[in-house]
Amino acid sequence: MIPELGNFSLILALLLALTQGTLPIIGAARGNLSWIALARPVVQGQFVFLAIAFGCLAYSFVNNDFSVMNVARNSNSELPAHYRFAASWGSHEGSLLLWVFMLAGWSVAVSVFSRHLPDEMVARVLGVMGMVSVGFIMFMLITSNPFDRLLPAAFEGSDLNPLLQDFGMVIHPPMLYMGYVGFSVAFAFAIAALISGQMDAAWARWSRPWTTVAWVFLTIGIMLGSWWAYYELGWGGWWFWDPVENASFLPWMVGTALVHSLAVTEKRGSFKSWTLLLAISAFSLSLLGTFLVRSGVLTSVHAFATDPSRGIFILGFLVIVIGSSLLLFAWRAPKIGLGGKFDLVSRESMLLANNLLLVVAAGSVLLGTLYPLLMDSLDLGKISVGPPYFEAVFVPLMTPAIFLMGLGPLSRWKQASLPELVMRLRWAFGVSMATALLMPLVMGEWKPMVSFGLLLAFWVIATIFVSIRHRLQNSGQGSVFTRLARQSRSYYSMHLAHFGIAIFIIGVTLVNGYETEKDVRMEIGSTVEMGGYTFRFTGASPVTGPNYSAMRGDIEVLHNGEKIRVMQPEKRTYNASGMTMTEPAIDTGFIRDLYVALGEPLEDGAWVVRVYHKPFVDWIWFGCLLMAFGGMLAVSDRRYRLKINTKPIEAATEEKDGGRAPSGNRLATGGKKG
Amino acid sequence: MIPDLLNTRGRKQIMLLLTLALLSPLNWAKEAAPVAEDPVIEKRMLALSEDLRCLVCQNESLAGSRADFANDLRREIREQLKEGKKDQEIIDFLVARYGDFVLYNPPMKPTTYLLWIGPFAFLLIGAAILFFYLKMRRRQIEEPSLTDDQHRHAESLLKDDKGNNA
Amino acid sequence: MMRFLLPLAAFIVLVGFLAVGLGLKPREIPSPLVGKPAPVFQSPRLHEPDQILSSKDNLGKVWLLNVWASWCVSCREEHPLLVELSKSGIVPIYGLNYKDKPELALQWLGQYGDPYTVSVVDPEGRIGIDYGVYGVPETYVIDKDGVIRHKQIGPVTIESLEKKILPLIKELQG
Repeated sequence: MIPELGNFSLILALLLALTQGTLPIIGAARGNLSWIALARPVVQGQFVFLAIAFGCLAYSFVNNDFSVMNVARNSNSELPAHYRFAASWGSHEGSLLLWVFMLAGWSVAVSVFSRHLPDEMVARVLGVMGMVSVGFIMFMLITSNPFDRLLPAAFEGSDLNPLLQDFGMVIHPPMLYMGYVGFSVAFAFAIAALISGQMDAAWARWSRPWTTVAWVFLTIGIMLGSWWAYYELGWGGWWFWDPVENASFLPWMVGTALVHSLAVTEKRGSFKSWTLLLAISAFSLSLLGTFLVRSGVLTSVHAFATDPSRGIFILGFLVIVIGSSLLLFAWRAPKIGLGGKFDLVSRESMLLANNLLLVVAAGSVLLGTLYPLLMDSLDLGKISVGPPYFEAVFVPLMTPAIFLMGLGPLSRWKQASLPELVMRLRWAFGVSMATALLMPLVMGEWKPMVSFGLLLAFWVIATIFVSIRHRLQNSGQGSVFTRLARQSRSYYSMHLAHFGIAIFIIGVTLVNGYETEKDVRMEIGSTVEMGGYTFRFTGASPVTGPNYSAMRGDIEVLHNGEKIRVMQPEKRTYNASGMTMTEPAIDTGFIRDLYVALGEPLEDGAWVVRVYHKPFVDWIWFGCLLMAFGGMLAVSDRRYRLKINTKPIEAATEEKDGGRAPSGNRLATGGKKG
Repeated sequence: MIPDLLNTRGRKQIMLLLTLALLSPLNWAKEAAPVAEDPVIEKRMLALSEDLRCLVCQNESLAGSRADFANDLRREIREQLKEGKKDQEIIDFLVARYGDFVLYNPPMKPTTYLLWIGPFAFLLIGAAILFFYLKMRRRQIEEPSLTDDQHRHAESLLKDDKGNNA
Repeated sequence: MMRFLLPLAAFIVLVGFLAVGLGLKPREIPSPLVGKPAPVFQSPRLHEPDQILSSKDNLGKVWLLNVWASWCVSCREEHPLLVELSKSGIVPIYGLNYKDKPELALQWLGQYGDPYTVSVVDPEGRIGIDYGVYGVPETYVIDKDGVIRHKQIGPVTIESLEKKILPLIKELQG
């Protein structure tokens, strides 16, 4: 009964999505107020039905309804309740339902937080999102229905893949999807602007907070995936340039470019068509990622079970959505005005350079990911492109971008002076160079690549200091704290996010440079030394979990002769599937991780044990968190929180296309562009 | 000799020796032996394997994969290294049997020129386009200058907010 | 003006490749050994461990080398086809028992049928490495001069038999 209810809700949601995708847009074009007004309630209705559908699926999972094929394939009655719930999105069909449910959620958010926007605009934006929703719901109903029945019902389920039975894995997909789906909002705003023909910079201002929030979620999603791989997979890696990882990284890179580009378009009215193209591309890459993961075109440890018919449907959907967007772009973009003038050396040009580097980097990752497919389709043989390629290409491209991170915030809009920048920053450069050259010695061994990485990171940090100091000097009277308080959150968010990148780079550099690993045969009582710590193996004993049985090793960790803790890695065998998993034990520290994993058992209770010392590895994910915090800080800026009760003031602004963006809150005190 | 051992001083010496013999293993925590028999060969093997792909797992290096097949190939590499084969010989051996696909780092061949040169070509072309576009743009944009009145109005507005633009 | 159409053009090219990609099989890695002499092996027979079979003994005839194991699930899929093929007498099938235990292998053959003229053992997978084996089952078509002419990756199917393997064998047998 419940699955049928879920299926029925999906159909109703589809009907509402069809309405949402057509009437408001036509209404906006024709000035039909009632059709325009339909948008918000229809969106909310679609959300309700999708919530019901998702609820039905989750209910089936939690209650072990093995007459539903999806539940039988991906769950098991011994599975703990929270994993049974999470298994709702552990499969291709279920994750699609999650995707479309989140899209509905974002649509509702847009419908609620858009009172200050013109209704026709909102109608168009919601309409575009509705069209995307139609595609996904149809995809589900036609090829991948999560509510398909399995009759006669299975006696017991096949179990959720043990790799997914983990907290990190539970949260990672929802965060990631929030990001992917969130970029649909920026996309919808861009398309709405193109459809309406109103391509002044207003749409940039409106879509900026939405884009930033989507970017924050995607950052967190990718970070969680990386962190999960590290603590779950058992050999300490955290990024593999796997096609599916790349599929999530591509929209992130373009999204980052978009966030920067939107800043310019909002403030200066420049780059309008470029920003529009970026907004279309970011979401297109999200969709492309969906295609790559589910179509069987690329092999990856992540990919869902493949089925060419699904691939054809998604590809068709991609062609319609992206193709028509790009066609619309080609048609309308030539009419867009150029925006403000700026010098070859100016903040605008540096942000453009940032965009260029990010987009080229994204293009290269895409090239590397698709190259095997390219060669295979042209019958040129099969090759594989792995981490060595990506690292060789990505690092040189990002280096100038990071260097620019120091210059950009200090540069003036429109016209910056290179000599002045050099003068302001030569101290920062000197300090970062000196520290970068000395730090490796502190760590124990001088390595050129380490110095290089540290140079980049310290450069960013030093320039942040210089920038803030310079800003405070020009912030009028008062104590340091008063002046600090005068800056907007938006300003701090920029530095926080950039600082996060510096921390990330430090983590990567130091871990790659100084991590150590030992693969040893440990008899009971034997020890191994690493990184100043002594590890003593005291034996392994059998333990039982809710749906697995395991051998748990006990390893004492000593530092300076004192026992600081006992680490307990496990080798688990899951009952339902028979799969074995290595669960490493990790001692997390601020400046290092100790990582211990069990290998194979030997005679007399001895085991092969892998021990790692990873300095500063957690700075990698901590850096990502700082970036995300930066983004959140930006969105909490005053200008988004103020209740704006002004009508668009035409008189005070220039109406020329390409002039300053018509600012609805120009005269509201404190509503500054931060 | 034997009469010496049996007297008190002899017994004390024997007791001391016996105690030391029994105690020493306990003082000495056993250092665990590395799994690899020959660390030098192991290091070389790992370095080689990091640039090779595990064909069964399809996106892991031979060094990192725990698959059975990967174990076999790693063993093969170790043995060939012990026989004294050079790195390139071993790579050729594997490529002859498994094709270019086994190389994690795509080789530089005519078919992969685009792959290797592509990124930097994109960058150069992009930078060139950007440069010329910006120059053209500057010529195209006409910006009206402010009148004196507007100038003064702007100054007074700027004095009000204390440099609060990021 | 035209430059605004560039993104669309690039996208269409991309879609073209993706569409072709849907029909490809990225997991299959073709063998570079096709067209080259089959690596020579000498190995004990599964049924008579004290007797050795050398692949050179097969020169002068067209034969199939099928890599199999008792622990391999997909092998069960193709096995009935192999049994039938062996009964038809069109071509002799030799088995390479890959990384297996002889008792289990014999038991498996007893249960599912034995299509192999002779099966040899490869307990550590060394012959497999020489042949570029990376998964089980795999099947090689070897001609009279001992040259590998085709490698079937994965289970032999009726389609692959009818479309590729049998016609090739007929051609090679002259």
